Amino acid sequence: MADASSSSHGDLKLTRVTKSFGDFTAVDDLTLTIPEGSFFALLGPSGCGKTTTLRMIAGLEEPTAGSIHIGTTDITTKKPYQRPVNTVFQNYALFPHLSIFENVAFGLRRRGVKDVKEQVDKVLKLVELPHLSERKPTQLSGGQQQRIALARAIVNRPALLLLDEPLGALDLKLRRQMQIELKWIQTEVGLTFVHVTHDQEEAMTMADTIAVMNEGRIEQMGSPAELYESPRTAFVANFLGQSNLIRGEVSSSDADQSIVEVHGQKIAIVKARNRAAGKSILVGIRPEKIRISLPNDPCTGNVLTGGIVSDVSFVGVSTQYVVEMPWKQDLMVFEQNDGGTPTLRPGDPVSLSWNAPFTFGLDGSEDVNAGSEVDDPA
Amino acid sequence: MAFLQSAVTRAGTFTGRKGRLPYLLLLPGMLWLFTFFILPIINLAGTSTQTPVLGGDTGQYVQTFRLANYIDAFNAARPQFARSFIYAFLATLLALAISYPLAYAIAFRSGRFKNILLVLVVAPFFTSFLLRTVAWKQILGEEGFVVPTLRALHIIGPQATLTASALAVVTGMTYNFLPFMTLPLYASLERIDPRTLEASNDLYANGITTFRKVTFPLSMPGVVAGTLLTFIPAAGDYVNAAILGNPNTTMIGNVIDSRFFRIVDYPTAAALSFMLMAAILILVTIYIRRSGTDELV
Amino acid sequence: MSTVPIPTLPVSKRISRWFGRNLIRIYAVLGFTYLFVPVFYTIAFSFNNAGKSNLVWKGFTLSNWANPCGAPDVCAALGNSLKIGVIATTAATILGTLIAFAIGRHRFRGRATTNLLIFLPMATPEVVLGSSLLAMFLAFRINPGVWPTVAAHVMFCISFVVVTVKARIASLDPRLEQAAMDLYANERETFRRVTLPLVMPGIAGAALLAFSLSFDDFIITNFNSGTMNTFPKFVYTSAARGIPAQANVIGSSMFLIALVIVAAGQLVNRKKAR
Repeated sequence: MADASSSSHGDLKLTRVTKSFGDFTAVDDLTLTIPEGSFFALLGPSGCGKTTTLRMIAGLEEPTAGSIHIGTTDITTKKPYQRPVNTVFQNYALFPHLSIFENVAFGLRRRGVKDVKEQVDKVLKLVELPHLSERKPTQLSGGQQQRIALARAIVNRPALLLLDEPLGALDLKLRRQMQIELKWIQTEVGLTFVHVTHDQEEAMTMADTIAVMNEGRIEQMGSPAELYESPRTAFVANFLGQSNLIRGEVSSSDADQSIVEVHGQKIAIVKARNRAAGKSILVGIRPEKIRISLPNDPCTGNVLTGGIVSDVSFVGVSTQYVVEMPWKQDLMVFEQNDGGTPTLRPGDPVSLSWNAPFTFGLDGSEDVNAGSEVDDPA
Repeated sequence: MAFLQSAVTRAGTFTGRKGRLPYLLLLPGMLWLFTFFILPIINLAGTSTQTPVLGGDTGQYVQTFRLANYIDAFNAARPQFARSFIYAFLATLLALAISYPLAYAIAFRSGRFKNILLVLVVAPFFTSFLLRTVAWKQILGEEGFVVPTLRALHIIGPQATLTASALAVVTGMTYNFLPFMTLPLYASLERIDPRTLEASNDLYANGITTFRKVTFPLSMPGVVAGTLLTFIPAAGDYVNAAILGNPNTTMIGNVIDSRFFRIVDYPTAAALSFMLMAAILILVTIYIRRSGTDELV
Repeated sequence: MSTVPIPTLPVSKRISRWFGRNLIRIYAVLGFTYLFVPVFYTIAFSFNNAGKSNLVWKGFTLSNWANPCGAPDVCAALGNSLKIGVIATTAATILGTLIAFAIGRHRFRGRATTNLLIFLPMATPEVVLGSSLLAMFLAFRINPGVWPTVAAHVMFCISFVVVTVKARIASLDPRLEQAAMDLYANERETFRRVTLPLVMPGIAGAALLAFSLSFDDFIITNFNSGTMNTFPKFVYTSAARGIPAQANVIGSSMFLIALVIVAAGQLVNRKKAR
């Protein structure tokens, strides 16, 4: 799929971009660089500003302030049809009156490209639907329409391909399959993909860099593993997977670790993983990192005692426990299913423990529930 | 094809039961249409070939199957036939030019005022169609304020008038049938997913190209329905010609009317009616075929 | 990082940009003005102290509104139009709704023919409908008058009722009826409790449309009403001499009444939607 028109375009740079609709600020002073060739995901709940950001990159909205560059070219006020950017729309927006072939050829014809047929055939082969070129969009299944929408965009070899919740309308199984295919196609054609989604699993599967957005701002940006293992805010900790966040006070510190007192028990945290500015801290630990054991069993690392199992759900690959702690907080524990059926029952007293380096610390002023009450329809 | 399939499945999902019920539902209405639409048309065909009773009173005719009536009628009313189709065509074109942006604005740019604007499009209907036509005659007539103003500004000559002209007839028809054009256009524009227009923009089509390649093709069903709903009544209209025209702007409707009532020449009136209907049906069929929107019917 | 200023454009460019963006709205305002000029003219001249000929503005008066039947024949003509309108609307709405249900909810042989027979009257010019009916009435020695006119009005209203109600039926979610049957409603109850209430707005709209078509019809009526006067006939015949201001009063009232009905309908819909 090498093509002259996909010559080097450079990185996408958003500089201090703000978009307001009346009193409502959808995107608030956003600065962001997306390196050329990357698969970048904007992740966040609905209304967080991610779609508005995408629409500004596409040229479908104009920023209230700030600028957008591709490489050294300023595209801030360029019309959508003047930008080397193409979009795979939510619900695809295929032209219902045109055949599949003409849908895919649309952008090529507008740009006056010569070998339309050849290029369309090639891209239809890439998405494995060459036999459907004479059909109309309504005669295609959801998954097929999705691929045609993708083909219609990538055939233009844009500097940037924008994907607006592209898999939202597909069922779970098809979505998983398309995730893998999209990732493969991105590697194949080597374009920069900017992917907007509210589905954290989708973002983690496909993107090499994720920016988590909330209320018009980027909460945190990094690789999926970075975001998951070292969330910097309660929102990221809760929105990306699940986290246990426990309030505490830093009681002492040495060169590389701090001791935190949580409800009378002591927990160690690596200093580099502590984001708290002062003494007040939220201690974070992912549920699957916690080991659950009977009170008398030997424990190492950080230990919290005095828990009572309040709920057990067996989900196949793991068993999920809800443990009520003496300070009336429920903690989640996921135990991998490598030892047969679970032995603990509701009402059993337990101790929780984990390796100290897994602990992360957030600023004590944060809301424990930020990002967790967001509905995740996926 | 897809349209047909969905129609079949939709009808089949709930009451797929066959039997007498649908026919019972149809019977009274269909009987009515047969008696007061089909029978008169058949009777009209009969009347059209009658000839006057020799030595009889005016209005007495006898069936002689004289097909030459058609040739005579056509020759007698040739200019009116031509005018009817030309005026109707012009009025349709004008109505389309006026209605399309109007429907577009209501469909895409009206926000929360959409419903109010739709009501406003139909609202002029609620005053009598004749009252409005007479109102135009008076506004644009000698006693109105428009003509003296235009004369004072030397835009038109001191003797020139706006009424009693072909222009007045065409614009009168345009005005009267405007909602018939606007509503179907609106309906088809409203159904367009705005994201397809964004997609077109995204795929290197500017505003004009997007309109030409996406918006307009997608609004074709509305264009076809609107032009038919305007053209058909306009071609048969004679009220505008009678009120806003002069003796040189009479249309086929005026001829049929006067043959019936003033000259009491039923066969000629019948032949003219029949030819008008046939001409319109043929035009409509060709038009629907060519625009590829059979599903309208 | 330095702040990026909001780009400001020169005034002339901003004005042309405003026009570019609002062109279609400006056009819409012009379009609506065109639509409403004769309506406002009609309403304004209903207050004209005109005497016999209502052509020139002679001063404001409420006397036309106080005495709408002041002009000879106008109220008799209006009465005939209302009578014909009500009878024709009732009959056409019932007959048309039955057909719409047959087409919209049943598969049967001859559906295409039925659709064609519904479409044809709409595709036939009014002169043809009117003259052919009159020719038939004359052939059967039936004198033109009220009942031939009613018959004609029912005929041309049926098609419009069918089209309107059919569209409403087609837009219904068939799952609603399936849900009703699932919840132990038999066919008859499903129809009465679910289908009919949901189709009702369509039927009401169709009736309103039928009434306005019937009330406003001139051409077909002129052929088949004989010496009976109707409101449009009255306006047509007095157009040459200038129509009396009372006709404007009637036209304006019809306009206002219809607006109130439509507004009330919208309000009811909005309340139901909440």
